[in-house]
Amino acid sequence: MEWKLALPEIALAISALIILVAGVIPKRDTSFGVTMASLGALLLAGGLTLAQGEGSAFGGQYVADSFSTFMKLLAIAGAALGLMLALDWNTKQGIARFEFPILVLLATIGMMVMISANDLMALYMGLELLSLPLYVLAAFHRDSGRATEAGLKYFILGSLASGLLLYGASLVYGFAGTTNFDRLADAFSAQQGISAGVVVGIVFIIAALCFKISAVPFHMWTPDVYEGAPTPVTAFFASAPKVAAVALLTRVLAGPFGDTVAQWQQVIVLVSLLSMVMGAFAALGQRNIKRLMAYSSIGHIGFTLMGLAVGGESGLRGVLVYMAIYLFMNLGTFAVLVAMRRDGRALEGIDDLAGLGRTDPGMALAMAIFMFSMAGVPPMAGFFGKLYVLLPAIEQGFWVLAVVGVLSSVVSAYYYLRVIKVMYFDAPVGAFDARPAAVSVVLAGTGLFTGFMFLFPAPILAAARSAVVAILGAG
Amino acid sequence: MIAGLAFYLFAAILIACATMVVTSRNPVHSVLYLILGFFNAAGLFLLAGAEFLAMILVIVYVGAVAVLFLFVVMMLDIDFAKMREGFQRYAPFGAVVGGILFLELLMVMGTWQFSGDAAELRLSPVPGGVSNTVALGRVLYTDYVFLFQIAGLILLVAMMGAIVLTLRERPGTRRQVIEDQLAREGKVEILSVPSGKGIRELGIYRPLPKPEPAPKQVSHGHGHGHDDHGHGGHH
Repeated sequence: MEWKLALPEIALAISALIILVAGVIPKRDTSFGVTMASLGALLLAGGLTLAQGEGSAFGGQYVADSFSTFMKLLAIAGAALGLMLALDWNTKQGIARFEFPILVLLATIGMMVMISANDLMALYMGLELLSLPLYVLAAFHRDSGRATEAGLKYFILGSLASGLLLYGASLVYGFAGTTNFDRLADAFSAQQGISAGVVVGIVFIIAALCFKISAVPFHMWTPDVYEGAPTPVTAFFASAPKVAAVALLTRVLAGPFGDTVAQWQQVIVLVSLLSMVMGAFAALGQRNIKRLMAYSSIGHIGFTLMGLAVGGESGLRGVLVYMAIYLFMNLGTFAVLVAMRRDGRALEGIDDLAGLGRTDPGMALAMAIFMFSMAGVPPMAGFFGKLYVLLPAIEQGFWVLAVVGVLSSVVSAYYYLRVIKVMYFDAPVGAFDARPAAVSVVLAGTGLFTGFMFLFPAPILAAARSAVVAILGAG
Repeated sequence: MIAGLAFYLFAAILIACATMVVTSRNPVHSVLYLILGFFNAAGLFLLAGAEFLAMILVIVYVGAVAVLFLFVVMMLDIDFAKMREGFQRYAPFGAVVGGILFLELLMVMGTWQFSGDAAELRLSPVPGGVSNTVALGRVLYTDYVFLFQIAGLILLVAMMGAIVLTLRERPGTRRQVIEDQLAREGKVEILSVPSGKGIRELGIYRPLPKPEPAPKQVSHGHGHGHDDHGHGGHH
């Protein structure tokens, strides 16, 4: 039993338990210390992930390869940056409780289990361990009606998605006779025709995972939950769990179901098209910037799925590069949103950004970088993300996807550029409160990454390529 | 022979208990019948050689679930007479639903066929010469230890979530401070009270419970003293 292979997860779980005990015993408020300890635990898990060997453990339920390392590092980074954003916000909103970082830690374990899942059961357990803390985090501001509504809505629809996933998994198990990904791949490569039961099962599994990444037509919960949940929680929702769910979808579709590509490709193409169009047009009329970001994330997921639909080494590499860039530019944008606070009150309107270019030039510059990047303007990182999914789509002849992708990108540029226009050309309505230090750190880090990634893209591209080789070789 | 007799005994009592759970007028009796039913089901498991399941059934269902039911039934203020009011009205509809279900079961029974090796699979729960407790343990703690541990973490999250979302530390609640209670002196006395005579008539001081004053108006020391006397008289 090679249990040591799962050392990152084990270490993170044990640290979460220790931090929980250490946080609950003192009678005073321990949220700051617990957050710091949680950041340390995430750092430890990140280091262990880097040092992790390759192979499979626990009877083939757990697999570690360079794909899992790449995605786990992204998920851990997302969780850590989300925690840093929440540190000051929670205190100011009066919801600073020590359970918050621990729930984030447990959700991170769930993400890591998902990314390393090599079995339908491990997949489901990881997904639940991710989802349950997210439901609680969405409703963490329990005295706010909107947060409670967000949590309840997310919980009910999330449970429905879990049910779909289980139903699909049971169909696949019933028709293929195994839940292990490697043996599923063997079974499907041997069979001449795929039975209808397996196809229905795959579609159910895809639907459930599309719910988790809020792809159209399973996106209905996203704007309400993003708007209602506390802003740092929304930042976390929009970044790390999406990375984990996209990783899972990639591993499932490229690995065990790699030989049934004809069955699921059309589904992914359709979902990708709908998501890109929806993300572009529905965001046009939004006044609330959190709702805007919700639709924006739907559009970005559409682009990511384009890479998955195209498939192959270059398509999947595009998925990984896009997720890495999306994670950092998204967290950076949310850092600005977290810093939007005037006279102690948190603000969410796009109009509240008016005149930021004069009142806080540094933050306005960072926000402009993120908005240009999201719109896909070169030389920002977001441009390369779109480039690496559009190029394979054109090479492989997915013209519809590529054309719709470019057009929706043009439409979405309107609302990204409107934010910049509001910041630089509208009359100031007053300065924001002083930025907390942790938010400044996140802003600077993600801003530098987004703005200057074009100078050093090689490490990310190389890591993504070796990750894709690992997953395709296994499948 | 004896095993066969025991099977029919357990099964008959189990069915009788199940009927009584549904039909008995007193809900407490229902729960007690349920407990008896659990014991008989455990007996059936024992006959089938699944001693681990039998013990788990007794420990978990009788020890925890049924007792919890009992508490809930006793504590909830439900007017069971009122719940039964509609019985006459809904009985025909219920009978129709039950009849359809019964017919469907009969049709299933008519076409049901056991697979050829069902007889071998049945009642042979012990793989490879170990007891089924060991076998279950191997599955849970060796083959699927990874998933088992994650399930544990999920349950921890559920517990934390319930606490995070519902526990409120209200200011002004009077907590029991055990150290203070143990440290006080000269305030506790044990008096023997003849049964049937009210403590008020006997002159043992125990102040009548006053209507709870608003927390702001009452001085802390005063209220505390009264509480102490109350406890003392009670012992």
